[in-house]
Amino acid sequence: MSAPAPAGSPAAPGGWSPSAVQRERDAYRRSRARRSTLAALVSTLALATVVVLGVRAAPGWPRVRASFLDPAVALESLPTVLEGLWLNVRVMAVCAVLVVVVALALALARTLHGPVFLPLRLLATAYVDVFRGLPLILVLLLVGFGLPGLRLHGVPTSAVVLGGLALVLTYSAYVAEVFRAGIESVHPSQVAAARSLGLTRGQTLRHVVLPQAVRRVVPPLLNDLVSLSKDSGLISILGAVDAVRAAQIATATHANFTPYVVAGVLFVLLTIPLTRLTDALARRSGWLGAQSGLAGAGALR
Amino acid sequence: MSGTTDGTGDRPLLAVRGVRKTFGDHVVLDDLSLDVHAHRVVVLIGASGSGKSTLLRCVDLLDEVDDGVIELEGRDITDPRLDANAVRARMGMVFQAYNLFPHLRVLDNVALAPRLVHGTARAQAQDEAMAVLERVGLADKARAFPDELSGGQQQRVAIARALVGRPAVLLLDEVTSALDPELVGEVLDLLGELKDTGLTMLLATHEMAFARDVADEVCFLHAGRVHERGPAAQVLGDPVEARTRDFVRRFTS
Repeated sequence: MSAPAPAGSPAAPGGWSPSAVQRERDAYRRSRARRSTLAALVSTLALATVVVLGVRAAPGWPRVRASFLDPAVALESLPTVLEGLWLNVRVMAVCAVLVVVVALALALARTLHGPVFLPLRLLATAYVDVFRGLPLILVLLLVGFGLPGLRLHGVPTSAVVLGGLALVLTYSAYVAEVFRAGIESVHPSQVAAARSLGLTRGQTLRHVVLPQAVRRVVPPLLNDLVSLSKDSGLISILGAVDAVRAAQIATATHANFTPYVVAGVLFVLLTIPLTRLTDALARRSGWLGAQSGLAGAGALR
Repeated sequence: MSGTTDGTGDRPLLAVRGVRKTFGDHVVLDDLSLDVHAHRVVVLIGASGSGKSTLLRCVDLLDEVDDGVIELEGRDITDPRLDANAVRARMGMVFQAYNLFPHLRVLDNVALAPRLVHGTARAQAQDEAMAVLERVGLADKARAFPDELSGGQQQRVAIARALVGRPAVLLLDEVTSALDPELVGEVLDLLGELKDTGLTMLLATHEMAFARDVADEVCFLHAGRVHERGPAAQVLGDPVEARTRDFVRRFTS
């Protein structure tokens, strides 16, 4: 666990002190590191200056600033857009849970063996094929406007519920494929070892294959959740007042596009923690199980 | 001890009779027969591709034979009406690449089969697992994950995992081939100790010196058949067949 002692530190174990060669190397590396920091600083500042000056000098800049970046309009629209975003967050949270459950069920249905399960297997395959191919916007329109139009008893009419349903239908197909890829990535020798112990097919799947598969697919899974959080904005086309819809209304009242920019910034702020979590999980050593050896292969010249 | 427990009229614990196995056009096992009597160690030698691993996988019902019969304790286990899971639970298998479950701690790797297959309660399964880990000298690693162990330690855990269900026979598929040379000894020593306890073993190996020490019988496999068989000293020291002589010379020089 001990971090390497700072170069030149006399507190080395066993009375070791760096040789002349090592001291010279360390000095060289430190000077290179200082130069790298300086170069990064200068190039960043230079580019920022060019961008800022370039944008300000552009002929349309005052108009762009007035219609996209008006601070007064931003401040005024922020409360309603934020309120709308809260709806997006809730829709996303509920849908994410449902998507994971449905997708896992679909992926498992496709791994079932035995003649009895043939129809289940076929159904799951057909479902994934269809809903992976259908544009989300079509599913939204069909479910959001088509279902209530049937005037069947018991069909929900809330735009939020119908929009969420469309999201779950579509995303389950994608995420099912992610789970299936994870299941197939577990090496057959793991199955052989489990079966040789007398475990049944189901026990092998539950206790040996799935735990390894799920760990491996967490990064791509979170990626799909980021995507879901953005697409939750599409329920606005069904009339639900989410962040996008709220921004649209504010844009119309102020005759100014700044509320859209406000909504965009909020969505980005919402997804950044999710992407950072994805990266952190992927880096965590041991998390990937048998593949953890790959994580150590960093920092080569 | 060997030879005293199985009289000449005794039925073998494991009997392979005329087994055939093909992968596509490639005939891997061709009318292969051999017996393993209780408390004896039978060693399979032969070039890569001679069918050693396939034979072990067929015996453990991980691969289906294309013809022939395999009997365990007098029962035809290749009969598709038999519960294959129950048969596999009667045998232990150790693989070349250990195949430990990377997401489970050492103790849980070993305790998994008692819990799921034999229906033992968790606490008792862990006690049993701990006892076997002590036997292979790794009780202090029970809380570790497999990738924190050396190759030799991992293979000893795999042996413990195969032993915990008290198998009638232990099948070992080149269990030292993936190990660094200095780690081979600890695994072979353990197998020697297991032989002394009277465990029945069928094992494939390229370690000729080990085969000489531990084998009651050596079978040289060639082209999917038992080309030559006999006591270790005879097959490895003074082989009758020219092919066996060539093979043994190449592996001992």
